[in-house]
Formats: sequence, C-alpha cells, structure tokens
Amino acid sequence: MIELAGVTKRYGPNTVVDGVSLTIPGGGVTALIGPNGAGKSTLLSMIGRLLPMDGGEIRVDGLDVSRTASDVLARKLSILRQENQVAVRLTVRELVEFGRFPYSRGRLTAEDRTRVEEAIDFLELAEFAARPLNRLSGGQRQRAFIAMVLCQDTDYVLLDEPLNNLDMRHASQTMGLIRRFATELNKTIVIVLHDVNFASYHADRVVAMKDGEIVADGAPGEIITAPWMAEIFDLEVPVHAYADRPVAAYFAIG
Amino acid sequence: MAMSTHSGPRPASGRIRDTALLGLALVSLTAVSAWSLFIGVSDIGLSDLLRAESSKMLLFVVSRVPRLAAILLSGSAMGVVGLIMQSLVRNRFVAPTTAGTVDAASLGLVIATIWFASASVFLKMTVAVVFALAGTALFMALVQRLRYADIIVVPLIGIMLGGVIQAAATFLALRYDLLQSLSAWTNGDFSGILRGRYELLYLVGALTALAYLFANRFTLAGMGRDVAVNLGVNYLRVLYGGMALAATVAAVVVVVVGGIPFLGLVVPNLVTMTMGDNLRRVLPLTAVSGAFFVLACDIVSRTIRFPYEIPVGTVVGVVGGGLFLALVLRSRFNAG
Repeated sequence: MIELAGVTKRYGPNTVVDGVSLTIPGGGVTALIGPNGAGKSTLLSMIGRLLPMDGGEIRVDGLDVSRTASDVLARKLSILRQENQVAVRLTVRELVEFGRFPYSRGRLTAEDRTRVEEAIDFLELAEFAARPLNRLSGGQRQRAFIAMVLCQDTDYVLLDEPLNNLDMRHASQTMGLIRRFATELNKTIVIVLHDVNFASYHADRVVAMKDGEIVADGAPGEIITAPWMAEIFDLEVPVHAYADRPVAAYFAIG
Repeated sequence: MAMSTHSGPRPASGRIRDTALLGLALVSLTAVSAWSLFIGVSDIGLSDLLRAESSKMLLFVVSRVPRLAAILLSGSAMGVVGLIMQSLVRNRFVAPTTAGTVDAASLGLVIATIWFASASVFLKMTVAVVFALAGTALFMALVQRLRYADIIVVPLIGIMLGGVIQAAATFLALRYDLLQSLSAWTNGDFSGILRGRYELLYLVGALTALAYLFANRFTLAGMGRDVAVNLGVNYLRVLYGGMALAATVAAVVVVVVGGIPFLGLVVPNLVTMTMGDNLRRVLPLTAVSGAFFVLACDIVSRTIRFPYEIPVGTVVGVVGGGLFLALVLRSRFNAG
C-alpha cells in the first residue's frame, strides 16, 4: 500500500504539488492523468524518492520513503522516469542485469541470471539482447528499461509516461505488457499517462491532477467523461463508448 | 516472478572475447615491459643479470625496474581515472587534463614549494592533492550551473578553468624562480625516476584497484541520477567519491612523474568504443592499455634521440594529440 499524506513540493514561489493525500492499495494499475504542469511527474518522483518533499509524508508498505535507506527501497519500489535517452553504450542484457543490482551488487547469482533472461523474454527483447542501447529504436530502448525495472522485481512499479515517443504499435504493446505486470505478476503499478484513452482501457483506477491537487479519483468509467475532461483539461471533449470503455475523442476537435 | 516463457541463462560469448582480449593485451604488455628493461645508455644484457654483475645489477634495480614500475602504475591509473571521470560527468572529453585537475595539482605543487620549500615529498603531494580536489570540485560546480551541458562546452569550460589556474601557477613560478620546476611538473618525464622516488605511485595502484570494486556504481551513476537512485545507489556519494579518487590519482602522478597529456582522454575512449560503457568490463583493459600506451611512448622517448632522452610527455602529446584529433573527427561524424 502506498500512502500519501499532505505531500507538498514548492519551487520558489510556485507550489507544484499542494498537500496531496492519496492511498493506493496493493495491486492493479493506477493511472495519473492531468494537463502539463499539473504535478503528476513531480508527485511520482517524490513517491520514488527521486525528489525531496517540502512537506507531508509518503509511506510504501509502511516504509517512510524519505527516511528509509535507498537500497532497501530499491527492493520495494522501482521508478522509471521519462528521460531515458541515455547515450550509455550498454547492451540490453547488461542494462537488464543492473536491475538485479539491489540484490546482488553486480555479482550475479544463477537466480539473478534466470531473472534477467525471464525479463528479456517477457519484453520480447531476446533478439536484441546483445545489442547496445544506442543502436536500438526508441521503442526497443524503452522496453529495455522496462525490462530492467521488471528485473528489479519490486512490488511497486512507478512509470512516468512510458509511452512517450512510441509509435502506435509500440505504445499499445508496451501498455499491454505493463497491464500484464499487474495482472500476471501481481505488481502494483502507478503510471503517469498523457493519453487518457490508455488509462481508460488499461487502468483500474484513474487519479486526475490539476494545479498540484487531486481533482478526481475513481474508476475509468467515472473519470473519463465529458464533464470531467472539461474540468481537468479545460477542453470540451466528446466522450464515446467503445468496447465498453469511454474514449475521449480529443483528436477530432480543435 | 512466475513468467510464462522461461529460458535458462545463455552462454556469454562476449565474456570469452573480453577475456581473450585482456589476455592478449597482458601478454603484449609483459613482453614489451621485459624488453624495455634492457633499453638504455648502459648496455645491460640478460647474461649480466644471470652473472649477477654488481654494477649492472644495481643500475637495474635502482633505475630500470623503478622506471618500469612507475610507467605501468601511472599509465594504468591515468587511463582508469579518465574512464571514471568520463562516466561520472557523462562526457567523453572529460579527463584530468580537461577538468582543471592537473593544473590545480601543479599550482598546489608551486605553492607547496614556495611556502614549505624543505618539506617532504609527502607533504607536497598532500598539498597538490588538496588543490586537485578543489580544482575538480570547482569544475563540477561550474558544469552543474550550465544550462546547456553540451559535449564540447563541458570540456571547454574545464580547459578554460585549467588555463586560468595554470596562469596563476606560472605567475607564482615566475615570481619565485620556479619556472623550470613547473615545466617539469607539467611535462611528464620518467628519466628522473629512481628507487626512493616513485614509491608514492603504489598509492595510485591501490586507488586503481579500489576503483575496480566500485566499477558498477560508477556505471550506474553514469546513467544519471534517476537510474542510480532507483537502484539504491547513493548517487552523490558515488559521484563525489569517484571524482575525488580521480583527482587524487592525477595529483600524485603529477607529483611523481608530471603531466601525461591526452592519456586519460584517448585510452578510455579507444577501449569503450569497442567494448561499451560497462566499467566493470572495460576497466581492466583500460588499465592495461593505459600502461601499454605510456610504455610505448616512453620507449620512443628513450630511443628516438639515443643516447639522449626527450620527456615522455612530449611524445605522448604528439601521439595522443593525433589520436585525439581522430577521435573528435570520428565523433563528429557519428554525432547523435
């Protein structure tokens, strides 16, 4: 369970995250949506102890993220930020092996190696395993980083816009894999999504942020509605139902 | 983690290739090292050693062996710290010579010589190390303030910083009649290495070995703060610890040998170009290659004007400069 109480982040005079309280029980996919600058990524980074808080408290399974040793947290939660265009020349397998670092400190056991191969297979990266990251396409590289996080084998996985810069095929494949993490591997996923329709089809719960606060919280069917979209994004979006799920047709307006 | 598809660990053919490459490099280094012991004005043959001829034996133990040890220790260490700095700063053109480190160390030496003229080498070395640490920290502070950390801008800042520090050192050296000493510190030379004068370099060897233990952490820090923290690495400790190690090594090498230009820049780049950026994998070959590079240049410096010697720093500067130019042009073409 992830518990946030009064979490606040300020940059100078600007309050980016303003006293957010939220409880995410274990399991399932929770999507964070909202306009640019709403504070979604900042909130996610604070949960993943990448950013210090200016106020409030975050606990993951009872562990206070600002006090617990980083290497202990690394076995409890993993976080993947959107800027993974690193020019580091590691092969996919080397990168995924680093996912075992919190356990083995780089001296891989037989079990670690098995986990590495499982993660590579799960993300369908076997044919690229020996290829350096800088010679992969954006989608393949993104999958390699997700494989690393999977290999880290934490109960909680925080993903910051993992579908960015992916084409239609890679975006849907990647989202499908993330959904399988939750369903098949029992992970608790918190994911920042730009496209509310991915949230609609793959999330169990949608949390909408605006101006540093949570403005809506509920099942996708409750939040992906025309009134809520207008409220959250300041945009009149027609919302239709397709395959039992709401679809915000934002690409049809403007 | 119960996953549908399962396959066991695959054989790592890359590791076998790495080991073969490292083995080959070590064998060549050993062969050339052995050969280098018999190059010099005094003609020493293997038979002299076997007959234990005392004067030649003495020369061998007092001069030739220390010289070889100094070359191997400083060459491998400077290669490795270049590799670490490039990884930590995430810039392929950052090395002790392009981050103000070496210039700060020589400024420290000038100051130590002026104010503690009669002090031991160890004290002077300590002052040089403190200055090298401060110079490197200043470089890091400047780089972190950069809004646009371009691959070329970062080392340019370091070179400019080094230039300013060098100017201060030159000014002081001019004032206190130390210009000759300063030029000896800035241009590496192994001809003065004798028993009793190079042993500080064992410290450098120990630090190089220590660096290997932290290689994985350096690689992770090189992937950026977010990735490192996610995997439980104390990013700042690794960043500053690694840079401090590099600055210390560079300062000790300046004190004992003098500046060895381009080494920390060229050797790690040549190695990572073929083997990638996983420091645990590339660090041993970088160490061996650094030693080999310096040894080869030293042999040239000893034989090109035989029986005279030219400083190894000059030879390294010419060879390394050429290689560096080739690297820069290559990275221009492969930019992206």
